[in-house]
Amino acid sequence: MAVANETYQPGTTPAGLAFRESWAEWFDRHSRTFFIAPAVTLILIFAIFPTFYSIVFALSRVRFSATGLRFRFVWFDNFLAQFSGNEQTHFLGRTTEIGIFGAIFALACLIAALWWLYKSYRNGATWVGMTGRVISAAMFVFVAFLLGATLLSGNPWGTLLTTLFYVIVGCTLQFIIGTALAFLCSQPIAGKSFFRVLFFIPLMITPLGVGYAFKMVLDITKGPLQPLWDYVGLQNWAWSTDAWAARWFVILGDSWQWIPFIFIVMLAALETVPKDHVEAAQVDGASSIQIFREITWPQIVPVAVTVILIRMIEAFKIVDLPNIMTSGGPGIATESMTLHSYFLWRANDMGSSAAVAYLLLILTVVVCASFFNYVVLGQLRKVK
Amino acid sequence: MTLRKTIAGAMMASAAICGLAATSSAGEFDGVTINILTRPGPVIAQPLKERGLVFEKETGAKIVVNEVPFAEIFPKIQNDWTTGTNSIDVGVFAAGWGVELDAAGLLEDMDPYIAKDSKLDTNDIAPYFREFGQKIGGKTKMLMVDGDFQMVYYRKDVLEKAGLQPPKTWQDYVDVASKIHGQDMNGDGEADYGSCIFKKRNAQSYFAIQTIASSFVQTQGTAQGFHFDNATMKPIVNNEAWKKAFELYKETGKYGPPEELNMDIGDTRAVFKAGRCGVLIEWGDPGTLQLDKDAEKVKGLIYAVSAVGSTEVLDRATGKLVPVTKENAPNSVDGVNYAPFAAFGGWAGAINAKADEKKKAAAYAFLSHMNQAAQSNVDVTQGYTGYNPYRLSQLASTELWVKAGMPEDLAKNYLGAINGALNNPNMASDMKIPGAQQYTGVVLDTELARYLAGEITVDEALKNIEDGWEKITEDFGRDEQIKAQALALGL
Repeated sequence: MAVANETYQPGTTPAGLAFRESWAEWFDRHSRTFFIAPAVTLILIFAIFPTFYSIVFALSRVRFSATGLRFRFVWFDNFLAQFSGNEQTHFLGRTTEIGIFGAIFALACLIAALWWLYKSYRNGATWVGMTGRVISAAMFVFVAFLLGATLLSGNPWGTLLTTLFYVIVGCTLQFIIGTALAFLCSQPIAGKSFFRVLFFIPLMITPLGVGYAFKMVLDITKGPLQPLWDYVGLQNWAWSTDAWAARWFVILGDSWQWIPFIFIVMLAALETVPKDHVEAAQVDGASSIQIFREITWPQIVPVAVTVILIRMIEAFKIVDLPNIMTSGGPGIATESMTLHSYFLWRANDMGSSAAVAYLLLILTVVVCASFFNYVVLGQLRKVK
Repeated sequence: MTLRKTIAGAMMASAAICGLAATSSAGEFDGVTINILTRPGPVIAQPLKERGLVFEKETGAKIVVNEVPFAEIFPKIQNDWTTGTNSIDVGVFAAGWGVELDAAGLLEDMDPYIAKDSKLDTNDIAPYFREFGQKIGGKTKMLMVDGDFQMVYYRKDVLEKAGLQPPKTWQDYVDVASKIHGQDMNGDGEADYGSCIFKKRNAQSYFAIQTIASSFVQTQGTAQGFHFDNATMKPIVNNEAWKKAFELYKETGKYGPPEELNMDIGDTRAVFKAGRCGVLIEWGDPGTLQLDKDAEKVKGLIYAVSAVGSTEVLDRATGKLVPVTKENAPNSVDGVNYAPFAAFGGWAGAINAKADEKKKAAAYAFLSHMNQAAQSNVDVTQGYTGYNPYRLSQLASTELWVKAGMPEDLAKNYLGAINGALNNPNMASDMKIPGAQQYTGVVLDTELARYLAGEITVDEALKNIEDGWEKITEDFGRDEQIKAQALALGL
């Protein structure tokens, strides 16, 4: 045994070692695997398996019977249904009568996308990079075509563009206001600790609660703002029956809840900016705008683009507010893709529901990956 | 809780104790818990809870009422019972939805229980609800707790003041609404609304449109139906009759509350109880809801007509509207075709066939208890319950209603309207085939909402509904649906 101990080397099993020692050593060598195994198993069971199992749903028509679910394999019918016939106008909007402005806009976007691809090719992008760019450009052109055929041609749009509206417009507004509030609270002003707590509170409220609160507050006949509506002569105007007003009010509720998230992250970023840099610029006579643009912004931009990315991923999943405030209405004006999928699921149309969920996944991945590659990484490289 | 509700609760409790003695003995179901799923209270759910407490005291069975949003009731029950979760023992839902669950073999046959139940008295249940509401394929699979028709209600005082008659046709409805719109109907100095209809998506709007469409489409009696060609199951929705119904329905919005497109039944009830509506489409509830303490401004003023009809009806061969004659509409009266719509069919309780035997017995005993005249004859006279009459003893005389506080004249009008609808040979039945919820609650509701919001034209909406219904029919199997439709309409 003494010989064995003397010749012991980590990672090997010396000849003649007792079984117990051999087992202990083997366990030591694989300890990392054992430690992460429970987490991996849980993720496999609760995240990966349902994700793959839902593909079975997306490719099937599902019926309920006394013996459980019955699947009829239909290939990609559930996906194709979203792009044709009755469901097309629900998902994409009405795209049959494209106007002149819509056509010009779509064509301009197509040319811009092709030009960008050409430039990338000329700049020596790798084939992997080019593949990613082609996917991003295809999504861009597709969305541009939808915008041209619906919004710019006076046609109603579907749940896909409503989702993008919530994501792009909502996140932009939330970022601007959240950053502005963070900037204010990073200044030496009285009561800033109070405002920090106050601005953070909405984030802690459940989205359902926010939905009901806004529905009640904004009720034009019974809500607390009713005298205000009357005063400005809007007592006979109902925001919930106007498509654009309803979308904006959903964004209002969403922003009220999520601006605090941007605020708290950006505040943390702003407070990491070295004060001596700012003071040096002040001594040199730089204006406040110049200081923000040249000193502060470059140092917080990595955090800014990252927080936008996180917020965008979250925003793609918006469901509670439009469900509670308008039930997706008027018509389907405020229905996001998640709500679209939820309504299909609630009607026990499991196949179509899963298909819409996968289309949302594709949209989210392409948009967020494009944003990460062409905006986040770009800004990070600039900083370096 | 208001004094009225307290008294009602006490009456219900005492009636319940009397009724229970006969169907189940004390302690018979000790340790048994019955999980019921239904819509959020107080409507429908509250009486189940109140009577459940008494039932528990008497039999030992604990009644747990789980409440979910209206649109989630059916899918939750279907999911629970088909996937073997079986956390729900009893579903209380639209009588028409039971067909799809029964086709999957999920509903318990109640006939063996009824055979031993001396207190139920099924002969007292109105034939329509007994044969079409409770039975599927000749077997009793559900027990009613409520009977439903959609009717038109009007403010008697407002119409009399304006020199107007209650509407006979849907065009009259729009005309009346337009003439009284903007009047102060509750004395608060503010302009009120000609018409109030729940038009919110994912709520009850798709019932109201069927109430209007039925009189344009169905002419030959209940068995004809107004959704499909019964021989082929081809939808008869993309035609001038449904188009007219859609257009009239949208036109009523000109004389409604500004936020009408976002109002569900709870919202419209609050408005008419505040005295702000001239005419409205509703189930049987306004008759008793106007007796509530918070409806003092309209107490005794909301009268009903059993049906509003049409002077034009659908020629099914051409898809065009033609004037009503005795030949094309044998049940018409004075050139008007009426087809009162049994919207929803009433709330009914069904038992999960996979529940264990003890639970099934306890569940049946409780549903029977709710259905028996001793209890239901009290429940239907209370507005907050949401229960409307479905027993002959409830419809035969005004006694129960006057006792509950309804003026005699109003009680006569109310029962007259319900009896008129129930006895109409051209009464329109709600859809009772597999997929009914998808046909109407999803496809019809969504396209109607999009039309009302101005997103699509009426022609697009009707074409989309036609395509959507065809897709559902293909999914369930056309031949199976033809058989189910024949069964549902008693062909």
